[in-house]
Amino acid sequence: MWKLLQIELFKISKRPRTYIAFIAVAAIVFIFQFAFKADGQSYMDLMLQSVKDTFSFDRVQAINGYFMCYIILNTLLIQVPILIALIAADSISGEANMGTLRLLISKPVSRTQIILVKFAAATIFTIFLLLWMAVTALFLSILIFGSGDMLVFRSKGDESQILLITKDDIMWRYYAAFAYATVALTVIAALSLLLSIFAENSIGPIIATVCIVIVCTIISNINVPVIDKNVKPFLFTSYLVGWKGFFYIGTDVDGKTIKGSLENWPAIRKSLLILIAHIFILITAAVVVFKKKDILS
Amino acid sequence: MIPLSVYLYLQLSTMALTIDVTHLSKKFNDTYAVNDLSFTVNEGDIYGFLGQNGAGKSTTIRMLLTLIQPTSGNIEMFGKKLSISRSEILKQVGAVIEKPDLYKYLSAYENLSIFAKMSGIKVSKKLLMDQLKMVGLEDRAKDNVRTFSQGMKQRLGIAVALVHNPALIILDEPTNGLDPQGIADIRNLILKLSREMGKTILISSHLLSEIELIANRMIIIHKGKKMVEGAVADLLDPAHTLVEIDTLNNIETTQLLQQSKWVPFIQTKNQLQLMMNKTAVPELINDLVEMGVQILSVNSSHSLENYFLSLTTQSENVEAFTN
Repeated sequence: MWKLLQIELFKISKRPRTYIAFIAVAAIVFIFQFAFKADGQSYMDLMLQSVKDTFSFDRVQAINGYFMCYIILNTLLIQVPILIALIAADSISGEANMGTLRLLISKPVSRTQIILVKFAAATIFTIFLLLWMAVTALFLSILIFGSGDMLVFRSKGDESQILLITKDDIMWRYYAAFAYATVALTVIAALSLLLSIFAENSIGPIIATVCIVIVCTIISNINVPVIDKNVKPFLFTSYLVGWKGFFYIGTDVDGKTIKGSLENWPAIRKSLLILIAHIFILITAAVVVFKKKDILS
Repeated sequence: MIPLSVYLYLQLSTMALTIDVTHLSKKFNDTYAVNDLSFTVNEGDIYGFLGQNGAGKSTTIRMLLTLIQPTSGNIEMFGKKLSISRSEILKQVGAVIEKPDLYKYLSAYENLSIFAKMSGIKVSKKLLMDQLKMVGLEDRAKDNVRTFSQGMKQRLGIAVALVHNPALIILDEPTNGLDPQGIADIRNLILKLSREMGKTILISSHLLSEIELIANRMIIIHKGKKMVEGAVADLLDPAHTLVEIDTLNNIETTQLLQQSKWVPFIQTKNQLQLMMNKTAVPELINDLVEMGVQILSVNSSHSLENYFLSLTTQSENVEAFTN
């Protein structure tokens, strides 16, 4: 399996398409950093407008590396599934399109091994993409904007909330958030891989993955009790942004934030378990379908 | 109790069979692509797999390579059931299936290295370069496959099929898209692999003349069913010689032949073509001279193609009649 995984990673590393995702992430991050460096003050004015009388904070200091990374992740983690699909949806369909799937399957490796290795490679790609995001969005932002306490803007029902996380309580939250995002995006990779089995070129599964993510995201955002109760709990998109939970710091009875705490750890844990269950179901389905598939390409 | 001699005979006969296919069928929706097909390939054979397009050759080969699951039937290779010992069997098989599609964004060396590793062998630079040298690609080892011609891809495909030193080589239409020199190169390589290295080779092709030149045994399939199987020498029976005659007045000669003892051998009404035993050709020429026919040329051929066409045409005629 290790040898097969090495081969798979080698193939991914040699494909120009792989680097599109890294370039896209870097471009978006740099645009954000440039915009905030040039005129971050306007953004902060807008965000703090409603609380300007009750909340006092140095707005220039508020725009630091930690804050920047949070803003960038908020935007980027919605688009990243497309970048993941670009690679994962090509896993089987790309081989079918090139004609190499025939050769691959006529080798003494089982179809289960092929799917598991493809999935492992897609997961590793996801991890590398998130590491790249961490380097550009977090560490580079710290270099450019410096570090400090972090403001988190949050909409909770009808009201807006601003949470303050102290500088020494931030880093572990980012590590946890990136780990959560890896699991969430691995669901996308597993979905793309499953769809990839049915196609003979990668365009179809990429579009199908993106469509499923969009439709499920829209459903996840519909606030109708019937859907809230019967549909949303089963949609993976309901849990994709669960990483934010690591920045919702716990507060005491006086409303003061408690260092090192999380507002709702059980909810985060439940979200993680549901995402892992999705991965398991999707990969099992991929193995079952692929084992039965006649290779006619 | 089985006598020792019978036991040994049974053992040897089982070992000598590289492929043993029995009652193999594959159904797509309501259509049988392969229907109750049985054949055997012996160790050391160059086994020709013939049939028109859509006859079921590729489907059968794909079932041998586990790309397609059979609807029914059994495949044994090297004395083991493919459905049970898949991995063990495929370690001993090298294949080029239709087009030799490889990773275009990788070099020849990288492609060869990847598939060698997947075949479960220990890969060394020397082994890979030797393989590329064998197919004449050692100078292009570092070039991306994207830049290769069809012939070069085909040769690299064969190198990939051979890199793990398999006992059985399956080639599905290996001369497709090649120029005459490329076809000759592949033919020579196949003969070398068989004669010098003792490989068993199963080759499908629509170029029947190619099979005729290299195969020692063959099968002809039509619409998924076996038409005939046997030694090529036997199937190229002189009785299936096609004789074409050209005379000064072909119409008159045709009329004369239709009134002679040669009537049963005439193939077509308007052309002077006779299917007959080669040994009777001198007698035919004598008779024509005695009839006063001025002969311009006599061509005789007993190619596999004639035999193949006669078989498949017969089958179509029978079907048309039955319907």
